[in-house]
Amino acid sequence: MRRTLLLPLAFGLAAVWMTGCAPDADMAPEQAVPGAVLPVNFPAPVYGPEQNPPTKEAFELGRSLFYDPRLSRDGTISCGSCHQQFVAFAHAGHTVSHGIEGRLGTRNAPPLQNLRWRRGFMWDGGPNHLEVIPLAPLTNPLEMDETLDNVLRKLNADLSYQQRFQVVFSKQPIDSYQLLKALAQFMAALTSANSRYDHFVRGEAGGTLTEPELRGRAVLVQQCASCHATDLFTDESFRNNGLDRSFAADSGRAHITGLAADQGKFKVPSLRNVALTAPYMHDGRFQTLRQVLDHYDHGVVESATLDPILRQPGGRLGLPLTPQEKNDLLAFLNTLTDAAFLTDKRLAEQR
Amino acid sequence: MKIQSVFLALAVLALGLSSCENKKADPVPETGSLSIEMEHVVGSSALKLNSSTTAFDYRTPSDEWFNVTTFRYYVSNIKLRRADGTEYAQPNSYYLVDAAMPATKVLELKDVPAGDYTGLSFLVGVDAPRNTTGAQEGVLAPGDMFWSWKSGYIFLKMEGYSPAAPGSKVLQFHIGGFEDPNNALRTISPALPSGVKLLVRPDHAPEIHMKADLMKLFVGPTTVKFGSFAIPHMPGANAMKIADNYAAGMFEIDHVHAN
Repeated sequence: MRRTLLLPLAFGLAAVWMTGCAPDADMAPEQAVPGAVLPVNFPAPVYGPEQNPPTKEAFELGRSLFYDPRLSRDGTISCGSCHQQFVAFAHAGHTVSHGIEGRLGTRNAPPLQNLRWRRGFMWDGGPNHLEVIPLAPLTNPLEMDETLDNVLRKLNADLSYQQRFQVVFSKQPIDSYQLLKALAQFMAALTSANSRYDHFVRGEAGGTLTEPELRGRAVLVQQCASCHATDLFTDESFRNNGLDRSFAADSGRAHITGLAADQGKFKVPSLRNVALTAPYMHDGRFQTLRQVLDHYDHGVVESATLDPILRQPGGRLGLPLTPQEKNDLLAFLNTLTDAAFLTDKRLAEQR
Repeated sequence: MKIQSVFLALAVLALGLSSCENKKADPVPETGSLSIEMEHVVGSSALKLNSSTTAFDYRTPSDEWFNVTTFRYYVSNIKLRRADGTEYAQPNSYYLVDAAMPATKVLELKDVPAGDYTGLSFLVGVDAPRNTTGAQEGVLAPGDMFWSWKSGYIFLKMEGYSPAAPGSKVLQFHIGGFEDPNNALRTISPALPSGVKLLVRPDHAPEIHMKADLMKLFVGPTTVKFGSFAIPHMPGANAMKIADNYAAGMFEIDHVHAN
């Protein structure tokens, strides 16, 4: 009897002590914030919940910011403009996206999902942390073309934001630290781990794969999983997958490292929700997954930095796939579509 | 069982307590303060910011004229050395010095343990951990001393004009890079004047008067000619050359007021 009373007392007191030192808001009940519970079939996160403990208020604040076009210079573009929930926060039907004044970027907007597990962001890994990635689109002249100072001015002039930031951070005025922490709350919540495949590997109800899907999975494990590794379906590395012979248009990772050995290398993208995130590759050159598979089968071209995995014994390039294997792979890739994530109302713009 | 529970309760409480720093009532060690005042010069002249594109204030030893519109740099991780070799490392030690903002040119160090210090060192720039752990506050809040497309702080920024510079005459030296092989972090240990010690006491606040000579960006191990030197805007070989130049002698302690 005593014991059952003492334990909660101890934790209660400890909580009082802890909050005395850390003014951050309390941990919310796990269900209040999407993605606060880490999927058991995923590896350890890079940006664990302890780094920015999820709360309902901070998550909702981040969501408002994500969908707020005032983050762009002329108030026309929000993060959500080019990152749409129904296609896993990629940009539906856009080879490259348009920023303010119709300015076109040079790379395909990647889906935003499972960002807690990412090590370097964007196609070239330039931004190195979830909390600082918004600075890139915010200040890029081809995207939002805005300055942090201006955004903070706009937010500080808004009574509703003033109050909501005050609730979360107990501090005024709104500064860049608060802005970035709040945006990170929303981005970190974008967890896709409830596809039929996930139910299958976790042995949950509804987790049945058909024969073609199972065969496709076997092909993936054998042919693709050295790059599209783990249940995140990426090893987070940068590789040249044989799209081009030269890289004058976009040197990829080399733009960041300055190393010739990184010419033409781009981040290995996840395959989650891949059936919905067309067009594909860093420049959006392929419209369908079948074109992507055809590329790996017979479209890979030679260059100095081509990934060694794409060199077959005997000098052939690419990953040979039979028509049957392609069909099976396509069947399997469709099992990675996570309808619960794509339709989660908590992740949608609130109107 | 009961005793175990009590211990557990105490342990949890202790955990809570230990996360609050410096709340013990033990005898407080004596502390004092110290300040470093930066005086910006260009060779033998005082630094004067000037945005003219036609009138130039300074001349490099390579006979190239230039002027300066912007001069900003981070000083971090200040350490004070005692005669016995032990050091006091200032916690959360970050300063952004901006030639355009006089208040930033005085670096105040508070709560320094009382003692006789015989040397100091600091980093020009921001250490790797603060470059890789997300959003930062205070002088490290991301702004125009942060690269957003390739996360990392600009350690030192010098901008201006020179008729010798190619194209639009613009000089934009943006020096940074915290990772090998392009690590431009340099530790500076300027010597104190001979026989001078920094005596920090509750009633003694020494003031170090440091000269920072902007000309040293362009001379030293590498002689920079604006017409031919690829001016660095990102981490790389040339950024490291400029860092080597400023590490070799930009900062000199001119004198110390014992106060």
